[in-house]
Amino acid sequence: MKPVQDNSGALERREAVGNLLARRGDALVVSGLGSPTYDVFSAGDSAANFYLWGAMGGAALMGLGLALAAPRRSVVVITGDGEQLMGLGGLATIATQAPKNLTLVVLDNGHYGETGMQPSHTGRGLALERIAGSMNFDEAIRLDTMPAVKDYAPTLASPQQKLRLAVIPIAPAETQKALPPRDGVYLKNRFRQHLGLGVN
Amino acid sequence: MTREPSDNTSDTATAAWQRQAYEVLVGADIRQMSYVPDAGHAELIRMFAEDDTVQCVSLTSEEEGVPLACGAWLAGQRSVLLMQSSGVGNCINAFSLLASCRFPFLTIVTQRGEWAEFNQWQVPMGTAAQGCFELMGFLVYRVEQPQAVAPTIEAAAKMAFAGDQRIAVLLSQKLIGQKDWGAQ
Repeated sequence: MKPVQDNSGALERREAVGNLLARRGDALVVSGLGSPTYDVFSAGDSAANFYLWGAMGGAALMGLGLALAAPRRSVVVITGDGEQLMGLGGLATIATQAPKNLTLVVLDNGHYGETGMQPSHTGRGLALERIAGSMNFDEAIRLDTMPAVKDYAPTLASPQQKLRLAVIPIAPAETQKALPPRDGVYLKNRFRQHLGLGVN
Repeated sequence: MTREPSDNTSDTATAAWQRQAYEVLVGADIRQMSYVPDAGHAELIRMFAEDDTVQCVSLTSEEEGVPLACGAWLAGQRSVLLMQSSGVGNCINAFSLLASCRFPFLTIVTQRGEWAEFNQWQVPMGTAAQGCFELMGFLVYRVEQPQAVAPTIEAAAKMAFAGDQRIAVLLSQKLIGQKDWGAQ
């Protein structure tokens, strides 16, 4: 097995997500289970957030369904490296659909943080932005510094007319949990009402 | 997991019920259709592909279609997932999303491994598919007769989208037809 890489000097996740969402505007946000859900909630609760607490591997696909159904809105998926690795086939599906209003952001600490910080595949050198690049995403980049995250942030507010993936390397440090509601029916209805849709 | 195509899709009778299935789905305002191909669904997939009002999403694996449908519903669109029975097992953990959030969900499944099946590798998942759905809280409607296809899908769509249910319509292998393996 390939050795685990040292990424202890990478960005602090809460600060990175706070900066990323500081100017989100009308963006619709889906968060992947575990720490990304806590990070997005910590950056500010919103009816336009859908927090996943399970269904690992599905965050980006939920973003795809949303992006196809709401083509005029910017849709942002914020998830972790482990969650996205479980959905690599889904990345291929998203790449072939190529919606121009979808941005996938992977918070990459190279570890499974919820389960005891076991190294993930990205922690052993696999680069998700290179995978997305080879799948012909319109843009697939790493945001290695906090200024780069801050520069990227305003682009989330509106569709950028390209399918994007951004990897943000974050440090594999434990962060205090910030827990949004876990009631999925509530989250679903709140989100739909935000878009002016009815509740069954 | 084995994915052998079902056959008889060029058969006129098959085309007729698949046409009716398509019309019922469009009538139910289905706007996204995701699929892993199966020969039993080939005609339906072809009709959707020619329909500009429906977004067709080709999946690498069936479980992708579950969060996809949930995302579509969050923004007000109805969808359907088309798959073969061998794909049902791939979806099980993704189905938890439907239960946790009470998302409406409609899937149409072509059955293998249950009627004059030549390839016994299709039997384990084919025979377990209905039980898997039921364990995950689905209502399951089995269809054996061509004339029952359209009314069953129509009822399933109504109940799914008006009543937040997750529903699987299983198209039996007897209905779809056996795969022709040549001399057996």
